[in-house]
Amino acid sequence: MSGSELRLFWEFVIFIIMLSVVGFYCILVTRNLIKALIGLEILTKGVTLLFIIVGHSTHQEALAQALVITLIVIEVVVIVVAGGIILSVYRHEESLDARALRKLKG
Amino acid sequence: MPSLLILVPLLGIIILNLMFKFTRRRVAFWFAFVLFSIQLAITLLYRQPWYRITEPAFSPFFKVGLSIDSLTFVMLLCIEIVCLASLVVSRYTLIDRDQRFNFINLLIIASVGMNGIVMTRDIFSLYVFLEITAVSSVILIAFRRGKLALEGAFKYIMLSAVATILMLSAIALLLLVSGGTDFQAIHTSIMGFHKSRVIVFAIGIFLTGLFIKAGLVPFHGWLPDAYASAPSAVSVLLAGIITKACGVYTLIRLCTSVFGPSVSLNQVLMLAGTVSIVAGALAALGQQDFKRMLAYSSISQVGYSIVSLGCGTPLGLIGAVFHLFNHAIFKSLLFVNAAAVEERVSTTDMEKMGGLSSKMPVTSATSLIGFLSASGIPPFSGFWSKLIIVIALWQSGNRAYAVIALLAGVLTLAYLLLMQRRVFSGKLREGLQGVREAPFGFCLIALLLAAITVGVGIFFPVAYAVLFEPVRGVLLR
Amino acid sequence: MMLDIVLLMVMVIAAVWSVMARSLLKAAIGLAIVSVIITIFMFKFNASLAGVFELSVCTGLITVIFLSTIGLTKPMTHKQILEFSKDRARRYGLLPVLVVLAGSLAIGLLNVPFGFTLVQKASQADVRTVLWNLRHLDLFGQIIILLAGGFGAVILFKEIKEDEW
Repeated sequence: MSGSELRLFWEFVIFIIMLSVVGFYCILVTRNLIKALIGLEILTKGVTLLFIIVGHSTHQEALAQALVITLIVIEVVVIVVAGGIILSVYRHEESLDARALRKLKG
Repeated sequence: MPSLLILVPLLGIIILNLMFKFTRRRVAFWFAFVLFSIQLAITLLYRQPWYRITEPAFSPFFKVGLSIDSLTFVMLLCIEIVCLASLVVSRYTLIDRDQRFNFINLLIIASVGMNGIVMTRDIFSLYVFLEITAVSSVILIAFRRGKLALEGAFKYIMLSAVATILMLSAIALLLLVSGGTDFQAIHTSIMGFHKSRVIVFAIGIFLTGLFIKAGLVPFHGWLPDAYASAPSAVSVLLAGIITKACGVYTLIRLCTSVFGPSVSLNQVLMLAGTVSIVAGALAALGQQDFKRMLAYSSISQVGYSIVSLGCGTPLGLIGAVFHLFNHAIFKSLLFVNAAAVEERVSTTDMEKMGGLSSKMPVTSATSLIGFLSASGIPPFSGFWSKLIIVIALWQSGNRAYAVIALLAGVLTLAYLLLMQRRVFSGKLREGLQGVREAPFGFCLIALLLAAITVGVGIFFPVAYAVLFEPVRGVLLR
Repeated sequence: MMLDIVLLMVMVIAAVWSVMARSLLKAAIGLAIVSVIITIFMFKFNASLAGVFELSVCTGLITVIFLSTIGLTKPMTHKQILEFSKDRARRYGLLPVLVVLAGSLAIGLLNVPFGFTLVQKASQADVRTVLWNLRHLDLFGQIIILLAGGFGAVILFKEIKEDEW
């Protein structure tokens, strides 16, 4: 099967790949905890877009929408909890430097 | 009725929170105890005919399939037992009633999540319940807000979220060729297109996500930190069941029912499993903190299950599930004892311990049973599961892997007995004169878990026939 | 078609800006821009309910959460930004290069045979039917995770008392 049927899909996937690269790079390189959370959010946006474009290409928009709605609700909860942890870390350490989180040797 | 295992705890939480503040703080522990016992009873009775009679009343509401088969049954047993153990431990380690109340609520939510993971037959619902379990376990790690715990929780949530993103991308790609998200539909479409690069890529990233969740090397970075820094009752839960239900069970279920029998998949599993066995065991040798040593030991034992899964034969599958069950029981036992020691000695550094067996005889004896079972010494249950794994590997022609598994067993014996010696045997160290035996409940739960280990070991033929042989049916699809 | 590509480029540029920005507030705004563009695409591809969710929840709620977290932790972060600004360029300078590289590699993959055919579905049910009739379990899951999130928020956002260790 050649790319002609999936042209639209593939155009979007190129940009989704770029978005994922941005997200992963952000999580790996940043020293600020909130930036890491932003990187995670960017990755999530990429996956959301992927679901939508897959749904459109295969004419399953209804299923894709239902999945995306659930996805969004879950992501909000994850962000709230991660934000709570970051706030608690800040209250202990008075800083958001990720290097302060090197106490555990891993 | 499978959905009862989700509805009953949910109802429990609602009732628990609607009570007056004064009553609920006192009543929470026993309420949760009764709730988990009810769940255990429901699990044990799942073959009774009255299940099917009540089915039509519920089924319009729960149409997306929840079902209990033999693999699910074993997992449900583990979940309920470990949750009860964690609950009992929390009674003694969380003195503050408010904290205990929060802990109990989150414990119930986590158990709902895990029940859902093992009962669902739909890949997206699997994701939903995985997230429920992950979020509630992160809050559990962090809820006392100690510095180290927050660090462990943050690492866990970041890696878990990355794993989730990988799994979701894989699901989206798989939706390109499949009409629905249930296991059956995806399996059919994968079988139809298994040569396609996109499908192979999708399976690859899904597997990466699952390896992160299961804590296999090289994606195990979060595991020792999370296990060691969490409060004791939460460590019991994490090590005993959460990593297994989220990571190992999903690997077993998906690799057998969805990603299909495939030679390259099995190779990858065996390789990853073996690396985990060896790396986990080697890392455990050098640890000072005994919760960390137990954490690396967990990585190693999970590797055993994965190697057995990668074998591809029915015996391999049975070995993987049996070892999963045994690991849940003896690892919980070891962490319960670790909690007892930490409670009495106020440290987890093994350098500061020694000779505790004179002061804490029950803890010491049950620890010894746990260590011997983990090392695979007869007649304990661990011996049988490791034996089955080695036989399965040998029979399917993977002789090299069988030899490695056997040798790593010796390594396991080494570091575990080292730990027993350092903590319990020998002369009593100076500062430890005032140490008393662990409280009654601790001893009870430790004895219970040890009894299960010994019982399954001695009555191995019965346990095998009833619990583990039927798991064979999962593969024959 | 061209509009799609322009919007996608703006999205990627906003994401890169969000990561490379010195101030966290600008990063949050960059994220909001990405969300808005995703919402536009959702409406374009006939996924209006999801678009409404994305707009209200992601662009709205998540930006509010980020801004409040940033606001609550702001005083210290400015001081450290001055410390870090020296090696920032070295660390983050690689990003646009990587992004362009990834994009070109991906374009190159356009001609690789995929080896699968898309599934063809006959009729299209409405999203509300799918959600309410087919995916009960997900709805239950959403309720449970909202419960968990509620507990988490209550537990984690309280002030840390002195006697907690």
